[in-house]
Amino acid sequence: MNEGLRSELSKQGIFTTTLGDLYNWGRKNSVWPLQFGLACCAIEMIATTMARYDLARFGAEVFRPSPRQADLMIVAGTVTKKMAPQVVRLYNQMPEPKYVIAMGACAISGGPFKQGYNVLKGIDRFIPVDVHIPGCPPRPEALIHAFMTLQKKIETQQLTGVNRPRHLDAEAPSEFPVPKFGGHDLEPPNNPAVWHAPKLVREP
Amino acid sequence: MVMETLEQIKARIENAISGAKPEIIPNESPSAQRSLLLDPAHAVEVAKFLRDDSQLRLDYCSNVTGVDWLDLIIKEKVKVKKVVEGVEKEVEEPVERKRPGYLEAVYHLYSMALKHGPLIIRLRTENRADKNHVPSLTPVWRGAEFQEREIYDLYGIIFDGHPDLRRILMWEGFADHPMRKDYVEPDDYEYEPTPHDEVLEKTKQHHSPEPKP
Amino acid sequence: MFMETAIDTPESKYEILPKTLSNGEMDGELLEVAMGPQHPSTHGVFRMDVVLDGEKVVKLKPVFGYLHRNHEKIAENTTYLASMPYTDRLDYLCSMTNNWAYALSVEKLAGLQPPERAEYIRIITGELTRLVNHTCLVGFLLQDMGALGTPLMYAFREREMILDLFESLSGSRMMCNYMRFGGCRVDLPAGWLEQAKRAVDSYSGFLDEFEKLLTENEILVARTQGIGVLPPDLAVNASITGPMLRASGVNYDIRKVDKYGIYDRFEFRVPLGDHGDVYDRYMIRLLEMRESVKILNQALRDIPAGPIVDPKAKLRGFRPKVGEAYGRIEGPKGELGFYLISDGTPNPYRYRVRPPSLINLTVLEDMCLGQDVADVVIILGSVDIVLGEVDR
Repeated sequence: MNEGLRSELSKQGIFTTTLGDLYNWGRKNSVWPLQFGLACCAIEMIATTMARYDLARFGAEVFRPSPRQADLMIVAGTVTKKMAPQVVRLYNQMPEPKYVIAMGACAISGGPFKQGYNVLKGIDRFIPVDVHIPGCPPRPEALIHAFMTLQKKIETQQLTGVNRPRHLDAEAPSEFPVPKFGGHDLEPPNNPAVWHAPKLVREP
Repeated sequence: MVMETLEQIKARIENAISGAKPEIIPNESPSAQRSLLLDPAHAVEVAKFLRDDSQLRLDYCSNVTGVDWLDLIIKEKVKVKKVVEGVEKEVEEPVERKRPGYLEAVYHLYSMALKHGPLIIRLRTENRADKNHVPSLTPVWRGAEFQEREIYDLYGIIFDGHPDLRRILMWEGFADHPMRKDYVEPDDYEYEPTPHDEVLEKTKQHHSPEPKP
Repeated sequence: MFMETAIDTPESKYEILPKTLSNGEMDGELLEVAMGPQHPSTHGVFRMDVVLDGEKVVKLKPVFGYLHRNHEKIAENTTYLASMPYTDRLDYLCSMTNNWAYALSVEKLAGLQPPERAEYIRIITGELTRLVNHTCLVGFLLQDMGALGTPLMYAFREREMILDLFESLSGSRMMCNYMRFGGCRVDLPAGWLEQAKRAVDSYSGFLDEFEKLLTENEILVARTQGIGVLPPDLAVNASITGPMLRASGVNYDIRKVDKYGIYDRFEFRVPLGDHGDVYDRYMIRLLEMRESVKILNQALRDIPAGPIVDPKAKLRGFRPKVGEAYGRIEGPKGELGFYLISDGTPNPYRYRVRPPSLINLTVLEDMCLGQDVADVVIILGSVDIVLGEVDR
């Protein structure tokens, strides 16, 4: 249907859409985050849901304590090596379609605690991340921005074709392997299927 | 209330407990918080004395800290009499003395009843490797329980008589004691150019710098 | 390489327990429950391994370390000043008091004396932090009791007022990084004191509103009175500090004992509890907030003009003499201390945080034994922990 016809119909009070748009419209406006705080960022995450910032305006006020009922994992805070297997396990327990926001410098890369022996240098070493939101901690506005970015991503996902979302692709993995505690470090220290060390490019 | 001086406390400990040889550790910094070094054999007795004595009543063990002291080579100049060219002279000669490393547990004691403090007591292990035992003071002050566990976890001091000596912060099965000064952390840096010297050095170990095409 | 299954292999660390309580009331299987690290009521990534006989707790072991991010090790590898932003992230609700405790310890180590105006600013920001912390604590405690949302929303509404003050002062809402050795980083911006005065004036009204809603609420009283009793002798022996100690009736407030800063100039009282139960711990926090408002009113009235940093303090080339110092303050959660050993280099040789949250958890098992499993959540909530400080 071309745009002209659609706008002509809407003038007559007839609303037309595609099934894919309707499906994504519903999905993006009812994202249920997992009630899952790790560190400092969790306080700002709570502040985002409270009176002044009110994440409920975006249909995401229902924080679920159980991963089985959640669509979105907000990794809010430092992921330590002791906690990393639990984070991956929680992610595995979430049903598809599921999304991840890495909130704050620590969740992205280890942040200020990057030099710590027990700090995981970014949760994207084990699970795929959809939106990174920097800050230490990010302000509530920044989290809302991350959330709107995620909504845009959901909105533009095609339901068929090569780039269809993971939950519509029977081949795509839904669970990721859980690392084990080793004698000196996690074993393995990252999941090569998800993460590669970035190539170091230096100005000559 | 003002606490007795460290010298008075030392003298009273020596009177009360035979064989205890507390030693005053000086502190040159402006804080002037000196401490008492206890010998491990009498540490628990001395601790009980400090807690129960009516003038001290140090009933509150605020803080327990582990410290790792590495082997230290102390360079000193010692005057030696030497025969130089047939004449006996006093000559200064550099002498290297090796102080073996040890692990230390430092306790900061206060009194909640008499509202004074701090009295700082220290316990030292014989060395950093196998003779790493000190008596636990958790039976005297329960507040030391988690802190001694933490020191066991991060420094590897074994507290004899601790009711529940397990790792507390790192996972069971972790092999190292990461707060020791010679601990080598796992090399899992994300290799990105940063201005920090140490990080840059680590980065270089993994990547030869590739100039942009 | 990876774990085979998604479920942990159960390896019980407990010896075999009797299957009934000592009075023989219940006879059933013991149930071992791991509460946390992902649990809506554990205030972060804290874990309790609880052994239950029916509803009753027969054993409880806290498990730490899920947020152990090596604060002390990082601080020993960097300069004194560079650790200041890390202290913000210890107890991330109370960055100002963390800054203060660290600055106080370094001042003891290096022999610095902050000027008078800086001391006043420290007291104002410190007491505002106490308001933030206690308000949030009451909100979270009520949330744990099942009042989902509403009290916490009231609490966060007030918190935002104070965070606005912190933001205009330091540039950041939560991680203020405001204090410096021998003073403070920047002077108060124009109009800040008036804004603070307005916020403090409105706080008594908020506390009245809060108390009207909560203090005599039947459900709150029924859920908290007589629950999680902590006897005073055990509290002292287990090094409990802060509101939790005073709820058990022990009169020990470091603001009064050490008189650090200029606390001896202010008139305030130290509220004490009688029973040491969860209700007393809740009430102590509300009463302490009223005392904080009193201190704030005096400080905002008396604050003098003048410099804000000790002229002896230097940012570059800061090398304290060889020695050690332990400084402590009455943080909102208890005694927050920093123990520093200097070896004459720009980095501390040993940097130790005395974490009140961790040490206050020593008696968690004693308070929970024999209580219902639903009360464990409330008892933990009344201890007031922040995991950034527990695990560091």
